[in-house]
This record gives sequence, structure tokens and C-alpha cells, in this order.
Amino acid sequence: METAIQTTEPKKNYLNAEYGVMSWLLTTDHKRIALLYLGSITAFFFLGGFFAMLIRLELLTPAGDLVLSDTYNKLFTMHGVVMIFLFLIPSVPAVFGNFLVPMMIGAKDLAFPKLNLASWYIFIIGAGFILYAIVTGGLDTGWTFYTPYSTTYSNSNVVAAALGVFITGFSSIFTGLNIMVTVHRMRAPGLTWRRLPLFIWAHYATSVIMVLGTPVLAITIVLVALERLFHFGIFDARLGGDPLLFQHLFWFYSHPAVYIMILPTMGVMSEVIACFSRKRPFGYDFIAMSSVAIAVLGFLVWAHHMYVAGISTYAAMIFSLLTFFVAIPSAVKVFNWTATLYKGSITFETPMLYAFAFIGLFTIGGLTGVFLGAVGIDLHVTDTYFVVAHFHYVMVGGAVTGFMCALHFWWPKMTGKMYPEAFAKLSAVLVFVGFNLTFFPQFLLGYMGMPRRYHAYPPEFQVLNVLSTAGASILAVGFLMPMIYFAWSLRYGKDAGPNPYNAAGLEWQTSSPPTTFNFEETPVVTSEAYNYDEIDGTTQKGVEVAG
Amino acid sequence: MPDSEIAVQHNLKHHFADLEQQRETSTFGMWLFLVTEIMFFGGMFATYLIYRLSYYNAWVAGSQTMEIQLGAINTAVLICSSLTMVLAVHFAKLGNRKLTTLCLILTLVLGLSFLGIKGVEYHGHWVHHEVPGLNFHFEHEGNYDPRQVMIFFSLYFAMTGMHAVHMIIGAGLLTWLLIANGRGRFTPEYNTPVEMVGLYWHFVDLVWIYLFPLLYLISHHHNG
Repeated sequence: METAIQTTEPKKNYLNAEYGVMSWLLTTDHKRIALLYLGSITAFFFLGGFFAMLIRLELLTPAGDLVLSDTYNKLFTMHGVVMIFLFLIPSVPAVFGNFLVPMMIGAKDLAFPKLNLASWYIFIIGAGFILYAIVTGGLDTGWTFYTPYSTTYSNSNVVAAALGVFITGFSSIFTGLNIMVTVHRMRAPGLTWRRLPLFIWAHYATSVIMVLGTPVLAITIVLVALERLFHFGIFDARLGGDPLLFQHLFWFYSHPAVYIMILPTMGVMSEVIACFSRKRPFGYDFIAMSSVAIAVLGFLVWAHHMYVAGISTYAAMIFSLLTFFVAIPSAVKVFNWTATLYKGSITFETPMLYAFAFIGLFTIGGLTGVFLGAVGIDLHVTDTYFVVAHFHYVMVGGAVTGFMCALHFWWPKMTGKMYPEAFAKLSAVLVFVGFNLTFFPQFLLGYMGMPRRYHAYPPEFQVLNVLSTAGASILAVGFLMPMIYFAWSLRYGKDAGPNPYNAAGLEWQTSSPPTTFNFEETPVVTSEAYNYDEIDGTTQKGVEVAG
Repeated sequence: MPDSEIAVQHNLKHHFADLEQQRETSTFGMWLFLVTEIMFFGGMFATYLIYRLSYYNAWVAGSQTMEIQLGAINTAVLICSSLTMVLAVHFAKLGNRKLTTLCLILTLVLGLSFLGIKGVEYHGHWVHHEVPGLNFHFEHEGNYDPRQVMIFFSLYFAMTGMHAVHMIIGAGLLTWLLIANGRGRFTPEYNTPVEMVGLYWHFVDLVWIYLFPLLYLISHHHNG
């Protein structure tokens, strides 16, 4: 009788270890903090998506009839600010990095658990300032805060929004610092650097950018606020300052920042593709080092955002060349993932569908980035929808797809429940189709000369714009569906068990959901990551060995 | 149970294997934080450098309005405070509570003196109409645009102001250390917070060591 009672009691894990709101708001458990982030950034994702839908509805017809031009300026600005600073930058590092980095290296927590919780609060306070700016009149500078418009002419809430961006920056700095220190000092016995999962390498490289780049944005934003409040003149040509200097400082952070958004999802790809091909990733060292190379080279290309802003031709040529260089490590990754697929035992679970989408969409986004890095082409398509399409192929096709991939792959680990596979596959297909329908026409529009950031356009652009808006609607359905089936799975989903995909990696060795301290006892690592041939046993392996 | 084991049990956080790992982790984290601080100030130093190269004459004119004596005294004050800080770390490691407290108090007093002298200087700038945006009027003589001198002062206030904010945070940290040390929190086995604040304090001092010549001593020898 006693044993019967024991079996009906659920196993202790990090979710049911404590109950009540305070047990979440004061937690220092990296897994609970990850869920706090997941909840907040999901809300911001749908807020940013709401602004995007209003933009697409306005562009359904050539006339600027749905919203005023001022309102339109605010819509695309708030879409950008919310999506970049409140969703994309924290998305994978603060949710999955937080949840998985300690588990993947066999640690009980991140190096600084209290700092980790503080990062979330800092993020929420910063987000509060941005939301305050949005509800009290909005922001219309574009997400880039270009001077002198932001410091002198804009009548919107620049200071509140700038303060919000400044504050969320510190959340990102502390997350990066925490991850870096954790990887250096908290690895389990036997887990050498070359045995680390590639997800860890990607997050390490991302953290380097967060730690080195974000402080520069912080001080730049402070100077913008000081200039707006006290007319300091540092970026104001009328007062002897130089607006180009602002652009240099801004892009010194904000170009590497796009790698903050894409690099972690590249780490996700390396895990997922290895798992569903049942193979060690081809060229482990190259994938790991390409992450580091992207982090380093990413700091040397910023002025390719400024070809038409008045930099010298010579500087433009140098930055163009450096931009081409950064394509090399990105290409190394894509080629190595495809080489991993070669002769793999591929299965098509939902995360793998997202991974395939990522490879294709990121390749298009990355290659059009090389087009834009070439000065001649950039002069032709700068400030057109070509740039918008390129950016969204990397940021939605790459980063958001990667985020969805990670969410599906590790959802069973985070919650202990399986989501309904058929619905998940359907939504993955909808996202892929909707995404391409939304953004591919924008490449064409941009090439034909439709400028970005206008709320009206000539009638001959309408067909492509209607296609784009139709695609956005499909995309919205594709993103809303997971909300429903993930929520459904929490209650009705099948129990996942510790390792539903038979995946390699320390995080799969413990129960789902894991206990508060992740492992019953500190694991000892004796082999490389991705030992799929060991996991699958010799019977499956026999064929290959014989061949 | 020996004292050292009690200290270990009391101070070891759950996710570390031993105090050694915990200390190394904290130190590494602090150094990394200081790297972010270098980048933070680096943005302003880069801005300074660009404008100084472009507007050299205005920079000289702005620099020559500075109170060099006050700046030099402040430099000496900060160097002394670095000495007392490092002594505080030393005595904390030896487990000498009284001398640790004394050195922390000295550091705090020197830090507050710096802020006081800086306040006197800021007051002087206000009186001489050298505060950009709020109260600025510069007598123009020589081959430069007076607006360029305003940018010099903008950067002067941004850089020294940001440095002063760091000093104020440092003073807060020292106060916290004094309270913790008074309660006997630190032992020869566990004194990481003293060491961490020490690193921070030295960094903030070091920033001033660069600010002083860059802002006060430009082309000073021409002036005799």
C-alpha cells in the first residue's frame, strides 16, 4: 500500500519543487529564469508581430489610407525596437542558453545565479521604459536612433526609449558574462573544450559579442540622451559635432548584434541536425572555430551600413572586403551541416523541418548580405525593400526559425511533455510557406526600387505587396498555432521521458523535466560529444561499417 | 569542527565543488566585467580621440581652462586610495579585521575627498559658463570655432561625470564591505568580496589616470 502511494506522487523536478508566484519571482534556478524569459519574450514577439501586421495591412493598398504617415513611422520603429531589443537579442541566449548551458556542461547552475535573476529584472525594467515610450506617444526614429533626427527633430519619446534600450543592454551584458564564466569554470570533469557541444561554442562566441559590443551601444545611447536633453553637440553638425560618428558607434555594436541574434541559433542547428541525421557533425572543429571567427570578424564590418552616409570610397572598399570575409565562416557552417546530412539516417521530426528551413532561408539571407556588402550593388538597392527582405531572411528565416526549432527540440526536456507532432509539422510548413510568400516579393520590390519606410507607393508595386501581406497572414497563423498546441501539451501531452529523440548530450541524460540541481550526481565525461554511433549501437552501424 | 570547515560550509554556494572554484569563478567574472567597462569608457575615449585630432586648437583652449592643481591633487588622492585599498585586501587575507576596517575607511575617505574636489571643479566650470547646454559662453580667441570648445566640455562632463558615477558606486561598495567586515564576514579562507571591490576600485582609479592627462594637460608646455 505504501509503495502505491509513492508511485502516484509525481517525481520532484524543478517545476514542482516549489509552488507560488514568489517561488518564481525570487528563483535563482537557471531553468526557471529561462522560463521567465520565455514568457516575457513570447509576449514581446506577439506585440512586435502586431505592429508588423499593421504595417502589412497599410501596404495592402498603394494609397496611405489606413494610418497617417506619422503613425506609420511609429509602427515600423516600434516593430523594430520591440523585435530586436526585446525579442531577438534575448531569444535564444537568455531562454535556451540559460536553460541548457549548465545542463550541457554538467553543472548545477550558471556561475552567478543571482546575477542571472537580476538580468531578467533588468530586462523587464528596460522593457518597461520601452513600453512606456510606446504607450505615451510612441517612437518614430527607426530602431537605429539616427542623429540628428533623434536628438533634435523627433517629437516622440526618444529619451524614454533610449533609456529602455540602455537598460536592457545591461541584461544582455550580464547574461553574456554569466555564460562565458560558466563555460570557463563550471565544466564537468572530463569535459574538455573540444568535447563541448557546438551549442556551447556558439553561445560562447555570442557571449563574447555581448560582452564587448553592448557597452559601446550603452555609452552611445547615453550620449544621444545627453545631447537631446542638454544639447551637448557631440553628434550635431550645427554645434560642430559629427552625425557620422554616431553611426560608427551605433553600428560598432549593432552589426555584431545581428550575430548575437543568429549565432546561438546556429548552435541549435548543429545539435538538431546531428540528432536527426544520427551522426557526429561533419568538421566539428571547423563549426566551432567558425563561431569564434564570426564573433571576431563581426566587429570589423560595421561601416557597410554607411556606404551612402558619406564615408570615403577607400573606407567603403575596405569594409566591403571585410564583409566578404565574414561570409566565409557562415558558409563553413552551412556546408558542414549539409555534409553532416550526407549518408545520415535522416528523419523528419518537427525540429528537423525547422532546421531544413533554416539552412535554406539563412543561405538566401546570407548570400543577399554579400550582395549588399558589395558597394556597387548596395548603392543601387540601399534603403529599399531589398534590404528589408535580406534582413528578414536572416532574422526571421534564420533567427526566429532557429528559435522555433529549439523550442520544439527542447520543449520535452523543459516540460516533460510531447507536443502533437502532426500539428507541429503543419505549423512548421505554414511558417515556411508564409515566410517566403511574405519576404521573397520584397526582394523583387526592392530591386524594382520601392523604398523602405514609406507608407504609400506607386500602384505598379501593388501585386507584390498584396502577396507579401497574404504571406504575413499565413505566417501569423503559423506562429499562433504553437501557442495553442504547446499550451495543450502541458496538460494533455504524452510524457516525454528523459530522451524522446535518443539524442546525445548531457542534458538528455537527466530526467524530463530535470530536478532543481539538474543531475543526481555530477556527471563525468569520457568521450566526445555526439557519440551517435555508440547510442545507436553496432547493429545499425554494421551496415555502414560493412559498406 | 575546525573553524576553516565552518567557513567553507557557510560560504560555499551550492553549485560549486569547492571554495577554490568559487573564488576563481568570481575573479574571472570580475575581470570580464572590467572588460565591459573598458568598452563602455572606450566609446567615449574613441570619440575624444576623433575630435581631438580634428579640433586640436579648440582642445588646447579648453584644456587650458582646467584647474591643473586640483586635478593633480585628485590624481594623488586616488593613487593613495588605491594603496589603502590594496592594503585592505592584504589585511583581509591575513584575517586582520581591525586593520582591514581602517584601510577600508581610509579608502572611502579618500574616495569621497576626490568627489568633493571634483564638485569644487564643477562649481568653477558653472561660474565660468563652461557647462554645455545649460550655461555656456566661451571667450573666443585663436584659430578655432568656439562651438568646438563646447564639444570639448561636453566630453569632459560626460567622461568625468561617468567616472564620478563609478566612484559613487565604489563608495557604496566600500560601505557595504565595512558593514560586512564589522560583522566578521571575512576570513583568511573567504574574502572574495574584498578582492572583487579592490579590482573594481583599481579600475576606476586607472580610468582617472588616463582622464587627467587627456583632459588637463594638452599641450601644456607651450603655456610655460
